[in-house]
Amino acid sequence: MTLRVWRQAGPKALGQFKDYAAKDLNSNMSFLEMLDVVNDELTLKGEVPIAFAHDCREGICGTCSLTINGKPHGPGKGIATCQTYMRSFHDGDIIVVEPFRAAAFPLIKDLVVDRTSFDKIMQAGGFITARAGSAPEANAAPVPKGVSDLAMDAAQCIGCGACVAACKNASAMLFVSAKVGHLGLLPQGQAERDRRVLAMVHTMDEEGFGNCTNQYECSAACPKTISHDFIARMNRDYLGATLRSAFQPEAASSDGGGA
Amino acid sequence: MATLDSKIPSGPLADKWRKHKVDIKLVNPANKRKYEVIVVGAGLAGSSAASSLADMGYKVKCFVFHDSPRRAHSIAAQGGINAAKNYQNDGDSVYRLFYDTIKGGDYRAREANVHRLAEVSANIIDQCVAQGVPFAREYGGLLANRSFGGAQVSRTFYARGQTGQQLLLGAYSALSRTVGQGLVELHTNSEMLDLVVVNGHAKGVIIRDLVTGAITRHTADAVILATGGYGNVFNLSTYARQSNATAIWRAYKRGACMANPCYTQIHPTCIPVSGDYQSKLTLMSESLRNDGRIWAPKKKDDAKKDPNTISEADRDYFLERLYPSFGNLAPRDIASRAAKRVCDEGRGAGASGLGVYLDFSDAIRRLGENGVRERYGNLFDIYHEITAESGYKTPMRIYPAVHYTMGGLWVDYNLMSNVPGLFVLGEANFSDHGANRLGASALMQGLADGYFVIPYTVGDYLAGQKAGSRPSIDAAEFKAAEENVTGMSKRFLGTKGKQPVSHFHKRLGKIMWDHCGMARTKEGLESALQKLPALREEFHATVNVPGSGDTLNQSLEQAGRVADFIELGELMCRDALTREESCGGHFREEHQYPDGECKRDDEKYGHVAAWEFQGLDKAPVRNVEALNYEFVKMSVRNYK
Amino acid sequence: MNLVGSFFGSSIGRKIIMALTGVILIGFVVGHLVGNLQIFQHPDHINGYAQFLHQLGPLLWVARIGLIAAALLHIWAATVLTLENKRARGGDYGFKHTIQATFASRAMRWTGVIVLAFLVYHLAHFTLGVVQTETFKETAPLNHYVMQNDYRVAGFTVVKAGTDVANVHSMVILGFQHKVVALFYIVAVGLLSLHLLHGFNSLFQSLGLRNAKWSWLLHKAALALCVVYFLGNLAIPGAVLAGKLRPQTAKVAATAQR
Repeated sequence: MTLRVWRQAGPKALGQFKDYAAKDLNSNMSFLEMLDVVNDELTLKGEVPIAFAHDCREGICGTCSLTINGKPHGPGKGIATCQTYMRSFHDGDIIVVEPFRAAAFPLIKDLVVDRTSFDKIMQAGGFITARAGSAPEANAAPVPKGVSDLAMDAAQCIGCGACVAACKNASAMLFVSAKVGHLGLLPQGQAERDRRVLAMVHTMDEEGFGNCTNQYECSAACPKTISHDFIARMNRDYLGATLRSAFQPEAASSDGGGA
Repeated sequence: MATLDSKIPSGPLADKWRKHKVDIKLVNPANKRKYEVIVVGAGLAGSSAASSLADMGYKVKCFVFHDSPRRAHSIAAQGGINAAKNYQNDGDSVYRLFYDTIKGGDYRAREANVHRLAEVSANIIDQCVAQGVPFAREYGGLLANRSFGGAQVSRTFYARGQTGQQLLLGAYSALSRTVGQGLVELHTNSEMLDLVVVNGHAKGVIIRDLVTGAITRHTADAVILATGGYGNVFNLSTYARQSNATAIWRAYKRGACMANPCYTQIHPTCIPVSGDYQSKLTLMSESLRNDGRIWAPKKKDDAKKDPNTISEADRDYFLERLYPSFGNLAPRDIASRAAKRVCDEGRGAGASGLGVYLDFSDAIRRLGENGVRERYGNLFDIYHEITAESGYKTPMRIYPAVHYTMGGLWVDYNLMSNVPGLFVLGEANFSDHGANRLGASALMQGLADGYFVIPYTVGDYLAGQKAGSRPSIDAAEFKAAEENVTGMSKRFLGTKGKQPVSHFHKRLGKIMWDHCGMARTKEGLESALQKLPALREEFHATVNVPGSGDTLNQSLEQAGRVADFIELGELMCRDALTREESCGGHFREEHQYPDGECKRDDEKYGHVAAWEFQGLDKAPVRNVEALNYEFVKMSVRNYK
Repeated sequence: MNLVGSFFGSSIGRKIIMALTGVILIGFVVGHLVGNLQIFQHPDHINGYAQFLHQLGPLLWVARIGLIAAALLHIWAATVLTLENKRARGGDYGFKHTIQATFASRAMRWTGVIVLAFLVYHLAHFTLGVVQTETFKETAPLNHYVMQNDYRVAGFTVVKAGTDVANVHSMVILGFQHKVVALFYIVAVGLLSLHLLHGFNSLFQSLGLRNAKWSWLLHKAALALCVVYFLGNLAIPGAVLAGKLRPQTAKVAATAQR
């Protein structure tokens, strides 16, 4: 097998593809283990190994990225790169390995990109404000099972960025809508629902992500197969929140005061 | 000799925490912002601690080596989180959760700590639900529970097979909120490489920016480590590849005691190893043992056969046979060792002979394939991805793997180590699980420490420190610590040997698994203690770390971590050798009952062993904290 | 952000503008087709219909300005979004691969541009009469037509029999007798149908009305709409080219009526 890997020494360096022969592979090897083997060989030869992001290697931390033959996370459906096994490829294949590409994910080195922009979106509104110690009894507010299950579908997002990498517009709509959907579905999330969607979308735009053109490459590439239905839900939420924030009366003061 | 004062409050067990909360000192709200606290690590414990302290008004700096706090390995916990809510009306209570945890830990945990953990468990569920964690629910909209190993009640809350993920994302959302509000200064891609101790107190850290290579000094009034466990000493484990012991190990080298490092948990249900290249073992959630039955062939000759052709009469459901009252839900250490014994007898399944079957055919008959899919579909999918076999058609093959470390830095009841100002939370400390952790208890501990313990206890320490008294980063201790760090990097990069870091990690893992794994002997440990210093020397002499220190350099990161693992491995073996008994995850073959169960020696070893660093070439000092059981009688653990 | 800022300044806001203007434009092209299909009836119908629209006077201009505004907003949003998307994409992949995006969705930009070019030609042709002037309703030999019967809308007579009106019927037929013009028209409405296929589907998503439970139905409806729309549009130049529709003078038409 031949690996055609994107090598780029740093953010400002010029990048290019470089070919590596991958030998002695085993079909039970994961794609990342194959890269480990290639890297060990490079080190033995005194070359600089390929930098790639990885951590849990069980498809849940969202660290691993890689666009393999043009598809984020490789050929499988509903799995991450770390869950891709060499049995998905054939002898003699040329496998093209590239970083997740998007202006909002600047490249750090080789196959590693900076996804801080996702954290910034979360910091803008991806939460329910509930400080430790203030929570009511957990069973005080029932949540219909169907609603809770749907929220869980969205909450499964691992924040890997495959949706952005797969979208021709590098849009983060699936990522943002998964969090907006998860928290917006639950009764606990209602108090901040409008603020949340407005703030998160605003930050998403600021971070330089593109727009949704409803091609749904994002959900097709998502290792957790999160549905683009959540994008529709977010659009509706955004529309509602915009109208409400424009027309709803506001209190004259929100301060405490007093003695 | 370090002084190990556990600071356990006096009084009845159930009143200790309440009383302590009344007794400890407070910092008034206006003064809180004058104190700066450093939190290292942003998993369950770190994120919850950082956000809670920030909400209280402290200035918080949080450092995490991942590119985002959401990557911490708490995310991978599958099964669930325990809480004494008694929603099932099956007789659960704080006391029962406490008792199960103490017993599950083979009577090697502190009573007071465990009781506090059980007390706050219910608050954790409340807190998480308020944050929007989508726990599984029943049709009425109320929370659902499942059962887990080592308990006879259903007290485990779960979110599909991704409970850890949902809890971590809950804590991450709280952390994100406080970062967004400007209350926490978050530093990602930032690895702690040294602890700075000034006048005997922990007052800062040295950080390497993994992207730019910049080394920076950070001062604080208190330092909190929540950096997880050290199971990657074994190389192959269910840990994430980057999980490491560097923060706690460097703190150890600055004087913090390392307690019970030999207590490692081997999880019974992992997918067996398939080759030398393997980097990772994947866990199959303990929840599978609710419906799956574990067996091995009765006859050695059947070991290589297709399991579907082995008749019912020739199958040995060994957990059900040995432990009829807990059956397949026996605690992890017990189940793991039983599987090992079966394989050692030559009855192990698969090409390597290291595996037993986890069979769902009964469950499929009872619930239908779809019923099983509904409960465990994602786990069957994981199994299929890795092995290309279907668990619905053939029994899964499983084998134990390193999963958790109960040992860690020694802490008192306030979660403060013997170095004042250094607090240690979650898996990084040793406090709550004794010699073995029960399933669904790690998540509970991480969040208990971060949300409900440290917010109180850190104030007790800070109230005694003058506001604004933290040292300047120009202090001599900071300079020395930074030089230590840059020196290490220079040495790794300058060695220019041949072998990659992974070569040494694999060899370390093999030594540790062979001699300090599921079963340990005096001879084995002694031979490991010969091999490890030699490995350490060879590593430093012949490792090849390509590239430079001023960019992203994963080889350099790994070199530092593996260097620490080798040293820590040595301490683990030393601890295992000196603990002349078997308990929980520590099994010494010399100390067992005729049926192969652990034989404890409460008289001699009913204590915590806390190791104190004396320099690399000197043997560390073994300090002892007696475990004074006042409320529970230490007895033989019986799951039969 | 204020209301205007939220709609014009944000990504989702502009998608909503795209969708709402799309609804208007879809409404127009469908209505336009239905009106035009009257060409298959007696010339009184399409000529009376055209006369009726002209008689609306200021109302016609309100509608026209509305449509122009919708079209301009649609184009503006598309342009801004496209430029932003190009910028957001950063570098291109060395290995290009599409997982499942439909051809229609990937062709939106160039179908949109070609349809725009067609629209300009179409207006110049049938509304302004600056191309193919020899067929234009007000300049061509068959430019006048005398209504045989009353033209009614919703039961009200809006154009009386005997009124002298512009001969739209013959203009369309004469126009389409040029094969190149007819073919350009067919290709353009084909691309417009393709544009609508994704656009119609998309607007439900952008307005937050679509979900997986009924999207299969939406998809079928979109496909049906586009096929019918295309066939309807194909029918007119098709019938002209096939010789089924011929220009008729008022007299001939009157004879045919009896």
